[in-house]
Amino acid sequence: MSTHDITVTVNGTATSASVEARRSLADFLRHDLGLVGTHIGCEQGACGACTVLIGGRSVRSCIMFAVQADGAEIQTIESLAPGADLHPLQEAFRRHQGLQCGFCTPGMLLRGLELISDNPDLTAEEAREGISSNMCRCTGYQYIVDAVLDAAAEMRAEED
Amino acid sequence: MKSPPFEYHRAGSAAEAAALLGELGFDARILAGGQSLIPLMNLRLAAPAYLVDITRAPDLAGIGADGGGLHIGAAARQRTVELHTDTLATAPVLSDAISNAGQVPVRHQGTVVGSIAHADPSAEVPAAFKAQGGTVTAQGSGGTREIPSEDFFEGYFTTALAEGELVTAVTVDAWPAGTGHGFLEFSVTAESWPIALAAVLIHTSGGKIDRASVVLGGVAEVPLRRPEAEAILVGSTPSAEAFEAAAEAAAAGIEPLSDSFGSGAYRKKLARVLTRRALTTAAERAGGKA
Repeated sequence: MSTHDITVTVNGTATSASVEARRSLADFLRHDLGLVGTHIGCEQGACGACTVLIGGRSVRSCIMFAVQADGAEIQTIESLAPGADLHPLQEAFRRHQGLQCGFCTPGMLLRGLELISDNPDLTAEEAREGISSNMCRCTGYQYIVDAVLDAAAEMRAEED
Repeated sequence: MKSPPFEYHRAGSAAEAAALLGELGFDARILAGGQSLIPLMNLRLAAPAYLVDITRAPDLAGIGADGGGLHIGAAARQRTVELHTDTLATAPVLSDAISNAGQVPVRHQGTVVGSIAHADPSAEVPAAFKAQGGTVTAQGSGGTREIPSEDFFEGYFTTALAEGELVTAVTVDAWPAGTGHGFLEFSVTAESWPIALAAVLIHTSGGKIDRASVVLGGVAEVPLRRPEAEAILVGSTPSAEAFEAAAEAAAAGIEPLSDSFGSGAYRKKLARVLTRRALTTAAERAGGKA
């Protein structure tokens, strides 16, 4: 066992902490920083509920140790709507009923955000393939695809 | 579940990683992307006492092609390699294999060399690497050595690496112009492991195949070369008949195990069909007729 001092930037705020080597990034975010929006499903990298963005890229925080993230810029679901107004992607999920139980939603939203920022004009096929990284046991995915496409259109319009 | 406790070390270079492995002994493992190792630790199927993180070592980060082939450092991430122009130009079969491996978020973190060193006989990357051919560069406290891809995989999760050695890089050999590749796998869902896969390359010259490589995954304890299939292909004109005969030969003599995803007989059938289809695609890409 070993402990390590790490510094990470989470949602724009630099944070230093001492972590046990085996502390997963997901547990670090939830238990040490209190950011419980990151959900933990399978703890073996299969379900995607724990997805966070590191340097804008989606990763599974349950199969990454916090010590590996030392120096990283991390974005969690808490960053999407810091105030009272929902992010356009969250609003689209609400409008299209892209969630039921909500367990996969933080991961879906961050993966959706990455897909839209990679390709603002993504097709339904690309959205479907893109979110195949994340499991949802409620919606059957169709409403999530609808929400991602609608949000992409809205975000394109905002750009213009 | 959570990983069991371990001691974490960070290597600043390949030499430092090799020295740490030598010093820490048999219970030390290399940590690169961790996308195979950490799930195994969380499931308590692996419990190394020491992990040596190599992802910060600048001399392991590189990727690039020269005349001899594509060089991939041990810290290069799968997604980076998958999309790299040098991979697409020099080893497109590897790019296809990576695009089928895991999910994009896993590929952001996982490494190509890590997948090869992990040596899962069902995995995409080892099969594509063996199909195109190349060398593994291993470094230990005694120095470095080159291991041909053909000799690297020895059994389930078992390689020719000696204790105290790590893979610092792999080089994928370049094939000449006129080469086509095919990579196909069958899995139940986007998330699940391939039940069987085929990775093939053919080179045509003057309307005939003069070089062929056929490797199957998921059907044996290593990515499995099929020399009988290759012998049928070399000298043949690309045709549906030749590909059917080669696919038959590829599936003949293999004895895949059964599991909850498919029986051995089903895998054998998949091996034949996937090989035939992969060869057909390879011929189209090589510029021949199928």
